[in-house]
Amino acid sequence: MAGSSSSPGLVDTLLQRSLDDLIKALRSHPAGEPSIISRALEEIRREIRSTDPDTKSVALQKLTYLSSLHSIDMSWASFHAVELLPSTSLSLKRLAYLAASLSFHPSSDLLLLTTNQLRKDLSPSSPSPILSLALEFLSVAASPDLARDLTPEIHSLLSSPKPPIRAKAAAAALRVFTRCPDSVRIAFKRLVDNLDPSSDPRVISSAVGVFCELSASDPKPFLPLAPEFYRLLVNSKNNWVLIKVLKLFARLAPLEPRLANRIVDPICEHLRRSNAKSLVLECIHTVAVSLADYDHAVRLAVDKMREFLSCDDDPNLRYLGLHALSMLGPRHSWAVEENKQVIIKSLNDPDPNIRREALHLIMGMLFDSNVVEISMLLVSFASKLTPNPEFCNEILGAVLLACGRNVYELVMDFDWYVTLLGEMARNPHCAKGEEIERQLVDIGLRVKDARSELVRVVRDLLIDPALLGNPSIHRILSASAWVSGEYVEFSRNPLEVLEALLQPRTNLLPTSVRAVYMQAVFKVLTFCFCSYLESLDDGQILSSLGNTISGDGCQEESDAATVRFVTNDNTMVGSVDDDGATDCMPGSLMGSVKLNGPFTHESILYMLNLIETSLAPLSECGEVEVQDRSRGILCLIHMLREFQVLNCNEEALRKDCRVIEIANLMTGVFSQELGPISASAQKRVSVPDGLILKDNLADLTAVLGEEVEVSGSVTTSFFHRNHHHVETGDESKTSTESTSLLSEHRKRHELYYLPAEKDEIQSNDYPPANDPQLPVSQGGASEDLVEFTDQPFLSRQTKPTKPRPVVVKLDDGDVQHNSAPRPTVDLKDDLLSGAVRDVLFGNEDKPKQSQMRSSKSQRRKKDPLTSVESASHLKESVNFVHVEHGSSSSKSSRRHSHSTEKQSSPGGSMDKEERSHKNSMNSHHHHRKNKHRQREDVLSNLVPHTPVIQDFLL
Amino acid sequence: MINFVLLISRQGKVRLTKWYSPYSQKERAKVIRELSGVILSRGPKLCKFVEWRGYKVVYRRYASLYFCMCIDSEDNELETLEIIHHFVEILDRYFGSVCELDLIFNFHKAYYILDEILIAGELQESSKKTVARLIAAQDSLVETAKEQADSISNVIAQVTK
Repeated sequence: MAGSSSSPGLVDTLLQRSLDDLIKALRSHPAGEPSIISRALEEIRREIRSTDPDTKSVALQKLTYLSSLHSIDMSWASFHAVELLPSTSLSLKRLAYLAASLSFHPSSDLLLLTTNQLRKDLSPSSPSPILSLALEFLSVAASPDLARDLTPEIHSLLSSPKPPIRAKAAAAALRVFTRCPDSVRIAFKRLVDNLDPSSDPRVISSAVGVFCELSASDPKPFLPLAPEFYRLLVNSKNNWVLIKVLKLFARLAPLEPRLANRIVDPICEHLRRSNAKSLVLECIHTVAVSLADYDHAVRLAVDKMREFLSCDDDPNLRYLGLHALSMLGPRHSWAVEENKQVIIKSLNDPDPNIRREALHLIMGMLFDSNVVEISMLLVSFASKLTPNPEFCNEILGAVLLACGRNVYELVMDFDWYVTLLGEMARNPHCAKGEEIERQLVDIGLRVKDARSELVRVVRDLLIDPALLGNPSIHRILSASAWVSGEYVEFSRNPLEVLEALLQPRTNLLPTSVRAVYMQAVFKVLTFCFCSYLESLDDGQILSSLGNTISGDGCQEESDAATVRFVTNDNTMVGSVDDDGATDCMPGSLMGSVKLNGPFTHESILYMLNLIETSLAPLSECGEVEVQDRSRGILCLIHMLREFQVLNCNEEALRKDCRVIEIANLMTGVFSQELGPISASAQKRVSVPDGLILKDNLADLTAVLGEEVEVSGSVTTSFFHRNHHHVETGDESKTSTESTSLLSEHRKRHELYYLPAEKDEIQSNDYPPANDPQLPVSQGGASEDLVEFTDQPFLSRQTKPTKPRPVVVKLDDGDVQHNSAPRPTVDLKDDLLSGAVRDVLFGNEDKPKQSQMRSSKSQRRKKDPLTSVESASHLKESVNFVHVEHGSSSSKSSRRHSHSTEKQSSPGGSMDKEERSHKNSMNSHHHHRKNKHRQREDVLSNLVPHTPVIQDFLL
Repeated sequence: MINFVLLISRQGKVRLTKWYSPYSQKERAKVIRELSGVILSRGPKLCKFVEWRGYKVVYRRYASLYFCMCIDSEDNELETLEIIHHFVEILDRYFGSVCELDLIFNFHKAYYILDEILIAGELQESSKKTVARLIAAQDSLVETAKEQADSISNVIAQVTK
């Protein structure tokens, strides 16, 4: 009711709607929200300009509400928030700070206006609530300038007598340090002081949190604080603090070998004792990241992981258990082996995140020794995942990625892998057509020895009419057609392939794929016809023509053909290769199939008829690619038919040199073998002299204006070529030079015909395809999982039965470089850690010019992390030692004197309790872990630059 | 570090947002849309962690309200769940068995409480008692100030009119 009565003419103060009114209005008309909001914004814009602070604050409050919960932009009102900041009333100040901290960014322009007010509010004499507000605001909105200007205030607040304020100041210091690295030099020591055991626990907690955050990008400068952290690790009872300290040690331990030795026992103690799962989890992480060398710690951590994994009622713990296992990595694969059953069961978890984590874990454990088992397990599992196509494809994608990585690095047995690809293609939910397509073609090009198996696999795919109805695998079929055409000489039964390529249901394919099919038909036809002619040349075989031919005869025939080719003229060099390859095939392969081998006169005629009837309708197809190719093939057939001899008898055909010539021409076209192409191949082609590639051709349009316009009609004539037959006939007579041109064209474009995808234009005369039948009932998945678990998961003992075939690799540009560039540290982070280093190592007197430091840090960045780094480290450490010795001088701070005492006089300020604890631990250590001791000694001998930090640790 | 805190109702209404890392208004709306889609669609028996743009989002449902916190990939998920619970317990103590309506009508108070617990995305105060005491002290300060202001402004208003 209040909403309807506000009219612009009345005094705002009296009739202003409160926040409650606004919320009620929004709640009572959920549908009219936008209009209510826009009306409220109108009011707010008016009210916020009021001179009355109460009216203004209510308007600001309403705006804050709309901004934070309805994503309304309130940057325009920043100034009004700043206006209210100085108010003396706490409630107004609170509202102003809330509005400011919700709406200001570090990049906001108006931040400059707040500096003075913040300085006032941050003075140590301000009341706590105001200090809290100001610190919170600073932590959200600190810009570099603001951080620099307010560093003195933070510095003094870090030693405030009120613990909550000190804690908050520490948190705000985190932002101040990251935004303005120079402030580290001023305030960092105060922060370190807050780690003192006498400090309030919440201050310690807050300070540790800050160190933990700061060390995330570069932990190295924090090494000198290790003793303080160690003390907390051993003494603190606060789990929040312990978690942060563990995080810190996880980062520090890899930098300092002896540190790991010290912390391993306290961490194991926490692992054993603690009831808090969060602390246990953090211990597990620390062990996995930094203590992987300590077998007993890893053992303990793995036991805890197993506890997590077995929590059937807590998906959180199961997820974290899997995640922790994958952190252990391939080095401790026994841990994965131990929990194999649970991991595989997790693949069927109702939670997709857990399934993904399990998959990720399994893929992380893939070696060349177990890739076969695991991939087969996963692929057959995926085929049973009927209710969950998304995850099924995730599995397939992971397997494809892992096996295809670095040119099939992991794959030893390509026959197996090719079969696996075929199996994946048959998965009813497979949506990875693109990648399978790529790999099928790629393996064909790269791995010679896999071709025969490849051809067998793709034949099975091509022949299955059901697969044609599944649009998601059309790409795979495209690759299959290409493979079966390109390597037709490996086919047991080319006629069968031809039938498959021409089956009526191929009209379900998109035209781009049909074009590939047709090219494959062309290749198969060429191959069949030529081998037929070759067989005719051999007199022995004439008698058996027309009969069913036995395997022996076929073998003889192919041998004879080879002989003939070897003694043939130069144009047939390529064919010799092809035929040689045929010869390499095992005899059993050829002999086992009835229809195989020498083509009879009848089969050739049948083939020609089949092609003619199937392709005839396509010669009028609207799609140029299909039309073009179908016409090409039809022309060839037409031309062959012109030789009447083909229709009467073989004898005449054999004698007809024109037919032989055509056959030679045809084999010549496809004779050259295709290979993988380097990604940088194009770049390596040198530009011929006189060829200007970067010339501006704009002037040409003026000259050639008319011709360019005509181009439209050119394309239409392209569609209706009437003299096609004659042309091709002429072409066939011009001999070898066109052959080489064609082969070159083919080489250039053939591969790239594959991926183009276009919509199906042709009308579908055939009934729609049935969806592929689901191979297994839906409930079967989980039961089948149980049997998988019996299989060895990480068996390394399996040995490849045959040597790995040669995989063609190119020198450059072929393999994708997987190694990511080394992460470069942000310059700011580097400045920050440089500053922290300077403070902790006592180099405050250094010149403060950022440029100098940045150049220095850049140098450091370039250095390899080994010797040079250690040298600079050594130098700094020497400085530090110097300061340590001269710590009696006036400039040493409280902490310094404290720590010096600690090191110089063992009986000094160090807690007796702690020391005795350490001693007992050491003796304990000595008894049980002699090995580690020795290792430690060896290490300290080996690494000369580490002893400098030793002082802190011992 | 906690990058942001979101409170979303089961219907997808936002009840509280707090950003500890800088996000523009546009990004904020996008993040909320994206995450509420992901989180609200997850069933009750699934784990409470979502991997999202290289971060982890930890959430927990209380009655009709989802409390979500986005943390860095290295952070401890269980710790974050505890922080969420800590926050809810303090809200509960302050409002006396808190419900969604309390947060809707006292959204600024929810912010004040959150600011006592988290600063710069780090846990500040792990003691429930202390937070309750601090908030109560602030409230009473505000109340007395208001009373004074009211009386004074009444006087002034009467004088000027």
